[in-house]
Amino acid sequence: MDVYTATRRTYNHGLWLTPKNELTTMDKALTKNIDEARGPLDYQGYVAAGGYTSVAKAMSMQPRDMMALIKEAGLGGRGGAGFNTGLKWSFIPEPDGGPRYLVVNADEMEPGTFKDRLLMEQDPHLLIEGVITSAWALQATTAYIFLRGEYTDAEALLLKAIDEAYANGMLGQSVNGSDYSLDLYLHTSAGRYICGEETALINALEGQRANPRAKPPFPQVSGLWGRPTLVNNVETICNVPSIVLNGAEWFKQQGLGEEAGSKMFGVSGRVNSPGCWELPMGTTFRTLLEDYAGGMQDGYSLKAFLPGGGSTDFLPPEHLDLPMSYSEVGKVGSRLGTALIMVLDDKTCPIGCIHNLIKFFAHESCGWCTPCRDGLPWVEHMLWEIECGRGKREYLDILKEMTGYMGPGKTFCALAPGAMAPLGSGLKLFMEEFEQHIEEQCCPYQHQRMQKTA
Amino acid sequence: MSEKITINIDNQTLQVDPDKNLLEEVLSAGMDLPYFCWHPSMDSVGSCRQCAITEYADEDDDKGRLVMACMTAPRDGARYSLKSAADFRAEIIESMMISHPHDCAVCEEGGECHLQDMTLMSGHVYRRYDGTKVTHRNQNLGPFIGHEMNRCITCYRCVRFYRDYAGGTDLGAQAMHHHVYFGRPDDGPLESEFSGNLVEVCPTGVFTDKVFSQHYSRKWDLQTSPSICAGCSMGCNINPGERYGTLRRVVNRYNDEVNGYFICDRGRFGSGYVNDDDIRIRESMTRMATDADPVLATRSEALLNLQGMNEAIGIGSPRASMEANFALLQKVGKENFYAGIGEHEFAILQQILDIYQTTPAHIASLKDVENSDAVIILGEDLTNTAARMALALRQSVRHRSFEKAAEQKIPLWHDAAVRKLAMDEKSPLYILSPHATRLDDVSTKTHHCSPDQAARIAAAIANSLDNEAPVASDLSETEQALVSQIADSLGAAKQPLVIAGSNSMSLALVQSAANLAKALSKQNPQTQLALVGSEANSLGLMLLLEGRDQYLQQAFQRGVSSAIVLENDLYRRTSADAVDHFLSSLKQLAVIDHIKTRTGEQAHLVCASATFAESSGTFVNYEGRAQHFYATFKPVDSIIPATRWLAPDLSLAELTKGCCEEIEQCERMSKLTPGHDYHYAGLLAPRQQFRYSGRTAMRANLNVHEPKQEQDPDGIMAFSMEGVSPLKEASVFNTPWAPGWNSNQSVFKFQDEVGGHLKQGSVGERLLGHSTQTGHGNYLTLDFSCQTNWVPLYQLFGSEELSARSKAIQARATSAYVSLNPQDAKKKGLSDSPGIQVQGNGVVPMLLRDSMPTGLVGISVGLEGLNIHDLPANVTLAPAEDWQPDTHWQPDNIIVSDRQREEG
Repeated sequence: MDVYTATRRTYNHGLWLTPKNELTTMDKALTKNIDEARGPLDYQGYVAAGGYTSVAKAMSMQPRDMMALIKEAGLGGRGGAGFNTGLKWSFIPEPDGGPRYLVVNADEMEPGTFKDRLLMEQDPHLLIEGVITSAWALQATTAYIFLRGEYTDAEALLLKAIDEAYANGMLGQSVNGSDYSLDLYLHTSAGRYICGEETALINALEGQRANPRAKPPFPQVSGLWGRPTLVNNVETICNVPSIVLNGAEWFKQQGLGEEAGSKMFGVSGRVNSPGCWELPMGTTFRTLLEDYAGGMQDGYSLKAFLPGGGSTDFLPPEHLDLPMSYSEVGKVGSRLGTALIMVLDDKTCPIGCIHNLIKFFAHESCGWCTPCRDGLPWVEHMLWEIECGRGKREYLDILKEMTGYMGPGKTFCALAPGAMAPLGSGLKLFMEEFEQHIEEQCCPYQHQRMQKTA
Repeated sequence: MSEKITINIDNQTLQVDPDKNLLEEVLSAGMDLPYFCWHPSMDSVGSCRQCAITEYADEDDDKGRLVMACMTAPRDGARYSLKSAADFRAEIIESMMISHPHDCAVCEEGGECHLQDMTLMSGHVYRRYDGTKVTHRNQNLGPFIGHEMNRCITCYRCVRFYRDYAGGTDLGAQAMHHHVYFGRPDDGPLESEFSGNLVEVCPTGVFTDKVFSQHYSRKWDLQTSPSICAGCSMGCNINPGERYGTLRRVVNRYNDEVNGYFICDRGRFGSGYVNDDDIRIRESMTRMATDADPVLATRSEALLNLQGMNEAIGIGSPRASMEANFALLQKVGKENFYAGIGEHEFAILQQILDIYQTTPAHIASLKDVENSDAVIILGEDLTNTAARMALALRQSVRHRSFEKAAEQKIPLWHDAAVRKLAMDEKSPLYILSPHATRLDDVSTKTHHCSPDQAARIAAAIANSLDNEAPVASDLSETEQALVSQIADSLGAAKQPLVIAGSNSMSLALVQSAANLAKALSKQNPQTQLALVGSEANSLGLMLLLEGRDQYLQQAFQRGVSSAIVLENDLYRRTSADAVDHFLSSLKQLAVIDHIKTRTGEQAHLVCASATFAESSGTFVNYEGRAQHFYATFKPVDSIIPATRWLAPDLSLAELTKGCCEEIEQCERMSKLTPGHDYHYAGLLAPRQQFRYSGRTAMRANLNVHEPKQEQDPDGIMAFSMEGVSPLKEASVFNTPWAPGWNSNQSVFKFQDEVGGHLKQGSVGERLLGHSTQTGHGNYLTLDFSCQTNWVPLYQLFGSEELSARSKAIQARATSAYVSLNPQDAKKKGLSDSPGIQVQGNGVVPMLLRDSMPTGLVGISVGLEGLNIHDLPANVTLAPAEDWQPDTHWQPDNIIVSDRQREEG
């Protein structure tokens, strides 16, 4: 399962946004300007397409009114947690004259996730417009985009777009001709998964080790350099301009079910056309997988899927008709996460797959708290031993114990519980395979492959 | 403190302080709960997850939720369980240990290892992990600290102490995940003056005492006693350990009012001289003439000789105990007893004593220093002259962060959040110093000026606070601006603190400090004043003189033919010519000392006395706090304590009592010890642990007969493992140990609450500051009569006489040097000269320092190659072209921020 190649391939072939059949009346607020053949719009092009109109509208509103609007719209945090963005904003204290920060979390490192990259590479001005309107609501004095270091294309495009926004008076001393001043900096991260955790991101931005901080105090109270700070995902911020322009009711209508808005969804794995699309919240997994990703490749069938990145629980195919919303996916014991699903086919060893993920997470642990730092390498070791045909029976008991040991509430942040999600669900769904590995002292998938080639 | 609330832990009801966290309160209640990353002085960060407990939402909740005790404030009426989280705690320790080596048997920490204790307490026995372990490369961290990273369990305490608490920068956490590494960027000595505390802060054997490792012994095989550091005037409480007649190590001994949990590296690594035959005097000797060869003398011969010296004058010492000085005073009579301190330092110390007796300000203990929220340091380079106070000041500047945290309702134990909220905002700390100091990184402003100018600035501050204070003159515009800034900060503080001392060698500066404290006291009764001395008993010696002006030069002018010098090298006190002249005029010179000195080389009688580790007595620290130290071990028979040389028939307790009765200010010394006839259930307090091994056999290679137990005629402690353990009612707090707690962490079992007072054991007696004259008297007139063009420069490692003779300290020290501003050096044509001829003194190298004010010369104190007492008031420097540096010149051992590096 080579996610990186898959995304590269679709990107190169311009397949990002070409669904088989368009099924909704949704407005495509996030991707309306995207034309891959043309490339991203420059400032003039973006303004001609109606861009930056939300800035003036936002600044005609009182900041607290705009927070209320976003809260009313029901915009769930698109980084994966789905927490109401307006509510999150509302915890910021009233301005005291000191600095306040808005930080865009563009450290997209969740395995199998490439939605923010698309947005930043194809429409950088949308993000900047979102930053300005959001910063106004928060009365932020400075904003940062914390960008994953490997996103070099996005870096170049964002830098250019930021320069254009400054040159055209959208950033700087007098935003859009007003008294409001806002500086926006692009920070290119050295790159770690943990930098996606908002408090670790703040530490990294300060130049400290990227360890998460204990909450409370929340960043809204004591964030970057001890000052009030909001950290929001790229996609979340990109939603703000259209809500400002079209209102809360419009946004709610963009979703199919209870949850509001459109969202970037995507698929990687052995499907016919992996990619990323903007769809209404509440679209079913089946629609995404079959209508947009073109179904499984010939000779492969769906064994299970991770609904929203590497840190979510596996779901079996019987959940394909579930609507993709935070609450619905939560009800069946997984998380919508980033909503970019990873497909596990029947020819790929699930233990190898889980091992690969755990190895990634063990490596990405910041090393701060014991269960994550010292527990994940132990789990990784046992999974590798099982995969290599050296597994011991007692490993299964220890692995089960470890899913509890590193479960929610036990660790300093959510990294380890997320890392253990594929294993915890995998132990339930694929127990037969685990036992077979140990009993036969080999990986049955590799064994079959070897037999075939021989 | 807030009102106590009631909680329930495993069906036990507890009254707890809601401002503390649950871990502290559980431990304070005497329960056992394992932990790693938390430390009573460094509070909580919640990283290790070892102190997990279960919290229940309400009476009906039978599942509860896991919380970290150290990161949780107790809730009134809430129910908690330690037992139900036991499985999780066992899992934590098991995963923490997956890469820990099985090397307890050869690890220096074994037997006093917090990790061993916690492993046992958490119930982890068998290692299920069967993969390969992570291994690390170790670093050479210099002469003090050994490094064995494979033992690390990643609790982050080392870096939290080193960086956050002590302000060090060269040790840090590196790498991520299971490979986190605690080390320096490169191999090299740890730069912090407090690096030795890593040995005690590290819960296992990653950071070890390298000096101890060279002649190692298990904790339980060490004979120990409560002792006081002789390294400076702070009076830090220490716990030396001995085995086979040699002093093996020094560790911190808890005293909440003085050093708390930490001591400096001079104190920890500076007692190597005790074991060094090249330095010690182990046999008494006589010499017919000053240039004749010495002849060994038996103890009784030497005693007889000494007793025969009836007409002698006595010269006491600031590094000898109260009792030893008192015994000499008794022997020679008050009128014949001299302080053994040069005129100038004597005048400053006498001034300090006078100030302490009349000041309306509170005399600040180290705890008071830590609790002060606005500080001004006048002239003292504290990190090099009173290091533990510098460490306390690093905590005092955190008050601003505590205020900010309180505004945001962040509990003060939430260390990371409290530090982050304040970022670089600190409580005011102003430093007036002739040069950059090691505290500049936390100071609001460090102003570089001569000590006399600092006195004028302090006077101006006092005057702006109280116009009755004398008017100051000769201030520049920037200095005037600084004056109002400092006056505002000190005036607005809840507990302002003024620090000065004798090491700056400026009488006017000490007087000005007193005036400033007085002016502040008029507005704020919480005002604190700390005037540091230079040696362990400087102030005690001054007390014994009761105001008599009997300093060294006066002794020289007496024209006597016989003198007894107690533990003092006169060549460190005044000019060599004057000492030579005095000594050559004597017919009889007796020197009682434990180390060889230039003075001793000319004595007709040398009596081998005992070091702090081999004798008992009392030191009076900078604040007038008398503290008793007990001999750790008995030296060879030829060595006896100075008190026995001078008063063979009196026990130490009788001398202490005599001192209390005879000396007005020393009355309270009687409370320090329970008296020489102390017994509990017929037993004394033991110096050895229950598990002390080989008592009857340890000398069997020499003699198979069981040796008789050594007797201590001076004390309430026995050279034995028998006696009343400090867990019960012994009034001397020795090495902490409690069932299940073998490491120094066990100290909480002896405190009334975590980080509080010891339930038994003495914090010392403050002899001063009880004056009824408080608040009276006028402002002092500043005495600027002593004008020099040079200022003293101190080195923590090297400037103090005793520690400088310890090999570990020498490895971090250097020989003498002078410092100049680069501009001055250029102007005087000294820039390119390899050596500098110092007028009336030696040829030494030069260290260019950008911060030195022009017109001032910095002269190193106490280092080999220069004697500051031989300098004229206005010293001139000349180039010495043919000077070659030798191996003693180690400029890299001088850690200053303003050094001008050679180009290229």
